[in-house]
Amino acid sequence: MKTQQQIDRTARDLDPEVHDSNFMGAKLKSERRYATLHRDYDDPDKLRETAGLIKQHTLEHLDTYLAQAEASFQRNGATVHFAVDDDAVNAKVLSIMNENNAKSVVKSKSMLTEETHMLKYLEENGKEVVETDLGEFILQIDNDHPSHIVTPIVHKNRRGIAKSFEREGLGDYNDDPETITRRARKHLRQKYIDADVGLTGGNFVSAESGRVVLVTNEGNARFCMAANKIHIAVIGIEKLVPTDRDLGLFLNLIGRSGTGQQLTVYNQFIAGPKSKDQPHGPEQTHIIFVDNRRTEVLASDCREILRCIRCGACLNVCPIYRQSGGHAYRSVYPGPVGAVLSPLLAGNRFPELADLPKASSLCGACNEVCPVNIPIPDLLLRLRDKAKREGAKVAMKGTPNLAMWATLCSQPTMWKTALSMGHTMNYIPTELVPHPSAKSWQGARKLPKFQGGEFRKWFKNRK
Amino acid sequence: MSMLHTPPNRPAGKSIQLMTTCLCDAFYADVAQATVEILEFLGCEIELPDGQTCCGQPAFNSGDWVSSRKVVRHTAKVFAGDKPIVAPSGSCAAMVFHGAPLAFEKEADLPEIQALANRTWELLDFIVFGLGVTEWPGKFDAKITVHRSCHLRGSRSPEAMASLLGSIEGLTVEPIDETEQCCGFGGTFAVSFPNISNSMGTLKIEKLTASKPDIVAAADMGCMMHFGGMMEKQGYPQKRMHVAQILRDSLKNAGKI
Ligand code: SF4
Repeated sequence: MKTQQQIDRTARDLDPEVHDSNFMGAKLKSERRYATLHRDYDDPDKLRETAGLIKQHTLEHLDTYLAQAEASFQRNGATVHFAVDDDAVNAKVLSIMNENNAKSVVKSKSMLTEETHMLKYLEENGKEVVETDLGEFILQIDNDHPSHIVTPIVHKNRRGIAKSFEREGLGDYNDDPETITRRARKHLRQKYIDADVGLTGGNFVSAESGRVVLVTNEGNARFCMAANKIHIAVIGIEKLVPTDRDLGLFLNLIGRSGTGQQLTVYNQFIAGPKSKDQPHGPEQTHIIFVDNRRTEVLASDCREILRCIRCGACLNVCPIYRQSGGHAYRSVYPGPVGAVLSPLLAGNRFPELADLPKASSLCGACNEVCPVNIPIPDLLLRLRDKAKREGAKVAMKGTPNLAMWATLCSQPTMWKTALSMGHTMNYIPTELVPHPSAKSWQGARKLPKFQGGEFRKWFKNRK
Repeated sequence: MSMLHTPPNRPAGKSIQLMTTCLCDAFYADVAQATVEILEFLGCEIELPDGQTCCGQPAFNSGDWVSSRKVVRHTAKVFAGDKPIVAPSGSCAAMVFHGAPLAFEKEADLPEIQALANRTWELLDFIVFGLGVTEWPGKFDAKITVHRSCHLRGSRSPEAMASLLGSIEGLTVEPIDETEQCCGFGGTFAVSFPNISNSMGTLKIEKLTASKPDIVAAADMGCMMHFGGMMEKQGYPQKRMHVAQILRDSLKNAGKI
């Protein structure tokens, strides 16, 4: 069907195989999420509320907790840096590398470095960067982008991956998942050993103890630190939680919400570099707290989105994401969270992404599953209002103009006349009405028979 | 606490104002009639404000909050007073008690709009939690499936609906797969994202009709107009009824009205 919205077009033109793997992958994870949470807890909604309150509290006192985290990390022997924007983060990482004469980096998944295009930046500056999450590694060799925050290659299938491996000289064509994994493991193992720097993100940071918490299912974040002298963690300032005690709640929620696991397989707590009491690990730990427009988001009326712990539950349950896939969102963060976060993080490029908040039927499923209870539909609505106020053209495409309708709705006499005259509609073949929205509706649905005013007549005349 | 925060301490009582909803006003006269009949059966005295038009939802969801506020202000004027306002539609009720205050966050007349919000009920929510009626003395021989409209999410309406339908003699409510799946309407969403909306609607219809029910029911004519219009185009044999119509007909079958 003809359509003006880009996401709708992408959904229509999506390769059926990609559509199905995306759809089934998301659906399966939603079902697992539901099963685990409801089996393990009497009232998962209470947990979501509590987690949301803790995150909101942290955001509202972010300056205090950031200062506390900085002091804690320093006490642990880590070096703390602050970076305002993408250029600053990238430059900081490069300078740490140059100061230490480091040539190569092994990286464990971090969406924030996707935000800053760090990989490209480091490569342009002569560094070798290797993604070590299996999915991200495949994306890297394919020069592709993640389509999901937890399952970055949910859009790919093993035949395509086997071809990519063959092309990259990682053995003959073989699409057996175990073989693919074994080959990647062998290839990456050497990279871990040879690298100078381990670069990671951070799922949570405890301000109290100065600990970065990293969760993975492959153990790759841990390997990124095992053989390297330097660990750099690039962390959004919204990732803080006040105390170690809070971590229990969030670790219990993130695995269950994302994949339906009770706990992710590897959970690492990193306080700082090796020391007398802690003889293993990197010699240097650098924590880079990144703003990159987060304080702007914090100052906006959509600040709740910063509670997000990137579990992916809202993507998996979202009917629009299921139909269109993550690439449809044209930005780092796909799905409902992306539809809010990406346009906000885009700053003055907001109008370019202002159609994303429109890609929702506002069904509220995302809110219902979000472990930190973000009212995503409300935020989408606020952004739609913003798009309209700022005249963002991409947002308006395909949306009928409702100003006339509003006038009609504010004048009861006109309204009632329209209702009584509306009967003529039953005699017009509505398929022929030239208005594009009527066409769009009629393409797949019949309109009901018009009965304007009949109820009022009945109500007035009875008894 | 979820998407919908039904206002606490809403006034109940049997003297109410009925919000017909524009869809019933224009297309579904019998749904509004059934609503009146069941509320009167329960002893309610119904006032039908003559100047009412629409709740303002289409413009609100489209992001045209200026137009939406114009309509909401009109609604607030028309529904003056302190009686409970009852609407046979989850999404219209939610527009008044949740959407309108959101659209007025930065407006000077927020208190008036909040007052309007604080007395608005979805019909089934009102019957069960406002009037305290949990058993329905009706009779209705049919196997039905029910679409949980998204706008009932997070409110107590699904619970109310289950308890009312569950107590009707002869009625079986068949469970459906993936209750959380949206029908794909979303107001102007269906118009601006037609392909995704159709895929969603098709999925929803599959789930709703899998058990070959006699009737597909819902408590929101917005959803019903959408997937009903699709069912009609695709030739599904099941009848569709608003829950209010089922409640009313079951009273008739039991000789209560
Ligand atoms: S918005 Fe909520 S559900 Fe979505 S990824 Fe973030 S935490 Fe998870």
